Amino acid sequence: MNFDPRYSARNFASVGTRPIRPDGVDKVTGRARYGADFNMAGQLVGRVLRSPHAHATIRKIDTSKAEKLPGVKAVITAADLPDLTDGDAAMYDILDNCMARNKALYDGHAVAAVAAVDARTARQALKLIEVDYEVLPHVTDVDEAMKHTAPVLNDTIFTEGLEEKPVKPSNVTKRTQYGHGDVHEGFGHADFIVERSFKTEQTHQGYIEPHACVANVSSDGTADLWVCTQGHFVYRQHCAQLLGMEASKLRVTSSEIGGGFGGKTHVWAEPVALALSRKAGRPVKLVMTRDEVFRASGPTSATSIDVRIGARKDGTITAAEATLRYSCGPYAGMWAEIGAMTAFACYNLENVKTVGFEVLVNRPKTAAYRAPSAPMAAFAVESAIDELAKEIGMDAVEFRIRNAAQEGTRSSYGPVYGPIGIGPTLEAVKSHPHMKAPLGKNQGRGMACGFWFNFGGQTCTDLNIGMDGSVSLAVGTVDVGGSRASLSLVAAEELGIAYEQVKTVVADTATLGYNDMTDGSRGTFSSSMATISAARNATKILRERAAQMWDISVDDVVWEKGHATAKGEKHGNLGQLSLKEIAGASGKTGGPIAGHSELVADGAGVSFATHICDIEVDPETGSTRVLRYTVVQDAGKAVHPTYVEGQYQGGAAQGIGWALNEEYIYGKDGRLQNPGFLDYRIPVCSDLPMIDTQILEIPNPNHPYGVRGVGETSIVPPLAAIANAVSNAAGVRMTHIPMSPPRILAAIEAERGG
Amino acid sequence: MAGVAVSTTINGDNVEYLCQPDETLLDVLRDRLGLTGAKEGCGTGDCGACSIILDDRLVCSCLVLGAEAEGRRVETIEGMAHGDKLHPLQQKFLEHAALQCGICTPGFLIAAKDLLAKNPDPTEEEIRFGLAGNLCRCTGYDKIVRAVQDAASVMKGA
Amino acid sequence: MRYERPHSIEDAVGLLAGSAGTAAILAGGSDLLVRMKGGFIEPDLIVDIKAIGGLSEIRETAEGFSIGAAVPCAVLGESAALKKAWPGVVEAAKLIGSKQVQGRCTIVGNLCNASPAADSVPALVAAGAKASVVGPAGTRTIPVESVPTGPGKTSLAKGEIIEAILLDKRPPGSGDAYLRFIPRTEMDIAVVSAGVNLTLDERGVVKSARVALGAVAPTVLLVEEAAQVLIGTKLDQATLERLAKVCSGSCRPIDDKRGTVEFRRKVAGVLAKRAATTAYARAGGK
Repeated sequence: MNFDPRYSARNFASVGTRPIRPDGVDKVTGRARYGADFNMAGQLVGRVLRSPHAHATIRKIDTSKAEKLPGVKAVITAADLPDLTDGDAAMYDILDNCMARNKALYDGHAVAAVAAVDARTARQALKLIEVDYEVLPHVTDVDEAMKHTAPVLNDTIFTEGLEEKPVKPSNVTKRTQYGHGDVHEGFGHADFIVERSFKTEQTHQGYIEPHACVANVSSDGTADLWVCTQGHFVYRQHCAQLLGMEASKLRVTSSEIGGGFGGKTHVWAEPVALALSRKAGRPVKLVMTRDEVFRASGPTSATSIDVRIGARKDGTITAAEATLRYSCGPYAGMWAEIGAMTAFACYNLENVKTVGFEVLVNRPKTAAYRAPSAPMAAFAVESAIDELAKEIGMDAVEFRIRNAAQEGTRSSYGPVYGPIGIGPTLEAVKSHPHMKAPLGKNQGRGMACGFWFNFGGQTCTDLNIGMDGSVSLAVGTVDVGGSRASLSLVAAEELGIAYEQVKTVVADTATLGYNDMTDGSRGTFSSSMATISAARNATKILRERAAQMWDISVDDVVWEKGHATAKGEKHGNLGQLSLKEIAGASGKTGGPIAGHSELVADGAGVSFATHICDIEVDPETGSTRVLRYTVVQDAGKAVHPTYVEGQYQGGAAQGIGWALNEEYIYGKDGRLQNPGFLDYRIPVCSDLPMIDTQILEIPNPNHPYGVRGVGETSIVPPLAAIANAVSNAAGVRMTHIPMSPPRILAAIEAERGG
Repeated sequence: MAGVAVSTTINGDNVEYLCQPDETLLDVLRDRLGLTGAKEGCGTGDCGACSIILDDRLVCSCLVLGAEAEGRRVETIEGMAHGDKLHPLQQKFLEHAALQCGICTPGFLIAAKDLLAKNPDPTEEEIRFGLAGNLCRCTGYDKIVRAVQDAASVMKGA
Repeated sequence: MRYERPHSIEDAVGLLAGSAGTAAILAGGSDLLVRMKGGFIEPDLIVDIKAIGGLSEIRETAEGFSIGAAVPCAVLGESAALKKAWPGVVEAAKLIGSKQVQGRCTIVGNLCNASPAADSVPALVAAGAKASVVGPAGTRTIPVESVPTGPGKTSLAKGEIIEAILLDKRPPGSGDAYLRFIPRTEMDIAVVSAGVNLTLDERGVVKSARVALGAVAPTVLLVEEAAQVLIGTKLDQATLERLAKVCSGSCRPIDDKRGTVEFRRKVAGVLAKRAATTAYARAGGK
């Protein structure tokens, strides 16, 4: 049906309020069921054998002893997941990552799996599997991997995007370039130029819930999968393709999800669990340990970035360029490309050029992590911007305001911006009391900006009106942090009824049409658009039914505040029909009333944020303390402001962890040294202050309510904001993330030593 | 491996079970007794998602053997509300949106309950250090701390 | 695998001495269960010592304090007398893990786990604590520093159990302190740590001193030379700088995931200075 997604200003009744979420009570009473909380009768325990080597040829796998162990019901290797990808390189990589085929490509790469009657038997069975490895030289560092002397992970890869096709295979899968103007000329006009190189270490999304699923393949070729995922429809497609099933035969139910942040957009163990179940003929539950989560799922890229920015004395940037090298793990990705697109997106630049290199290393496959690739690029660029402002002698905020992108600016990655929030967030920061608060000894203040595209994508929503007038909303975007509350608010808003009258659930793949993942900050943006569309479709039917009940023309019926109202002089005595009254009569007026919507949610408005933070540095130990933190971000329209604040605070906290302490540490043997929460140090409660938030609302013209995605942008500025604060506190520019105490102390000592 | 017969009290009810000697209390609760409110985030005592109260002491149930519960008192998240009446902490967590994904929430609630039992009027710093054994990756802790502060003032008034 | 919960120390010793395979003592379990989970140990016998009479108590004796092997660290913090006499030991014990871990872990377990980074050990060594060991051959009392012999290794013989840690009564003018460096505010293992224990004369001059450093060598270092630097001083700035230098110089650290050699050396000195300053103030020094 014709749906007009354009924004129109309105006074909201429900949207913008802060009710309790519909899934709340289950979550505070322990009743909510997450990935590992589901069980089936007769289920087996699945476990995965993982490579201890960073890089090794798998000569042979002998599973015979494991198969003979009493209680073992299935043992699988890559042979049980034959290649059905039919030339689809991306799917082949997913397959190879789920179960190594010829080579183990990182410490933790799955090589075999078992299903047994209990965990103890499964553990014993893993020990009985004999893998004959030929250990190969490995490389885990992104800069090292680019060298001609580095061991090559995949000798079928020749760098794409070069003018001439290279003659030798390499670990660089692709070169990409963005920008416009002439940077050479631009630097010629600069009075000041800052040039720096930066490094960031690899981090993990760090969701508290390990990956977990229960797979049940029946002998009739149908299957069920219960799983914690950010996108059950995509999991269905991937699993079905890898197992050679028709998608409709595989029903995937998304459990409650205990955090994802991008890490649960990729299938890891699910195809393995299905293959085990298929072979054993019984349900299989597969839950990763924390060690496996770190070694074999999700991290973001480690990076190495060079930045050069030039400006005139008056503070106008004349040219900006960056070279970005991002690790992808062992499979091709587009991580550096995204970094290259986002690096200078905050600024209005005449001459800009960014080049990205995708680099293969013997580490786990890089996965999306909240605004993937943007935080590292922002760290490099916003650090250099701060330094340049200092050299010019301008205030850091003023310098950014002077160069900020605005409506009509051609972005560094191509498109021309509509109404955007970078300028307003900077203005809000400029006048924020935080900027004027006094600082003590060894304390420094930093600020930085961040950008994220936001995505829309395919979305499908059903809105069913019960005969009692209550509304069931079935959405296909997984709720990662309160979106069921937001979508209930939107349905209530559009129908003109109370929030409490709406119950929103996440439907499984058999009961709703296809939905893209909850990624790209699209959950509330796209599902609210589909909900509005579905509600408008339902409203049209409600009007028709009212017209039928009154026996007047539908054109004379309008929908206002949850009621059908007859308009026109001749209907003056008709009064109103409530949604409940119309629904109650639906059996006699044509049957159930529902609104459906299938759409591609285009026009996700881009998002900007500016953060401020105060840091204290102990100059004798390099220890840091976050004293105060403020997030200012454009939400378009905050549907449920408390959960918007929560997204701002959560992203900031993850960024703080990344900036200060989180990192993958590899030994010389290529093995991960810290696959646990003890030594992979995510912030604890006592590490952080309250995180202040300020929500700006610059309506997205492409959404009926002006909504923009809000989930990801908040992780983009912290690395740079904290680096700038530490640099101001310690008097030394930090160029390596995380700024762990040893790195800060070394930098201070180096500065002291001259 | 011979099973160990255990007789214990869980949320006020007498419970008997048979467990393996190396089986953790967390596994017993989740896999044998169907009490899945305590979560396994790490299995090594580093995340607090499996927090329970054992004889008035806050512990990680992943670091307790099922066999050790013999003759002791176990309190889990499933016993925190009284019937359909939520504990003030549960109510305040809802009101403040102190949860996003919610996986850490049972552990936080148990730890906060233990904290307020020992210190009914904690400062922000005491709350932060008191809850440092519970990891949350979604919220940045801000709303959790506020919910605990609010619950503490409600409970003092009660 | 067998789980046993003896009611007497003799029974426990008998079980351990008589076991054919790997036997493990279970008190708090915060190290043992983690090692079992990781597959690093699969004991054939687990001896839970918490039902043994007296092992879960802190006793004040004529000589000082006896802290039973099964006393959780949280309980140490609840003992006002112990906290008053040995604040450094208590603050070290209270730094192990989280509140949840505190409810389980014990200082004897911390000692016997024999990690170079164990939090309570430098404080115990600085305090001159002793371990009361019961075994098939009877009971012996040994200085705590003689228990760990290397990472994960102890001097205890088969069948031996440390039943208690003994701390002396305090002469007037005494104070101790413990500090560790961790990247976060909680939940980390010490990157480097320092325990200092001082007794002053009536003029506030240091009469006796013990300085111990953690996580800078395979076992905790008792730095005799550092103690000598402090004795006879009132902890003036020059003394503190000398202390830092001596402590940094005595470290034999390694580079690992938690810190670098340079960092540990430098920070060992910084922490020793700071811990000494606190211990001095606690001893009544001005």
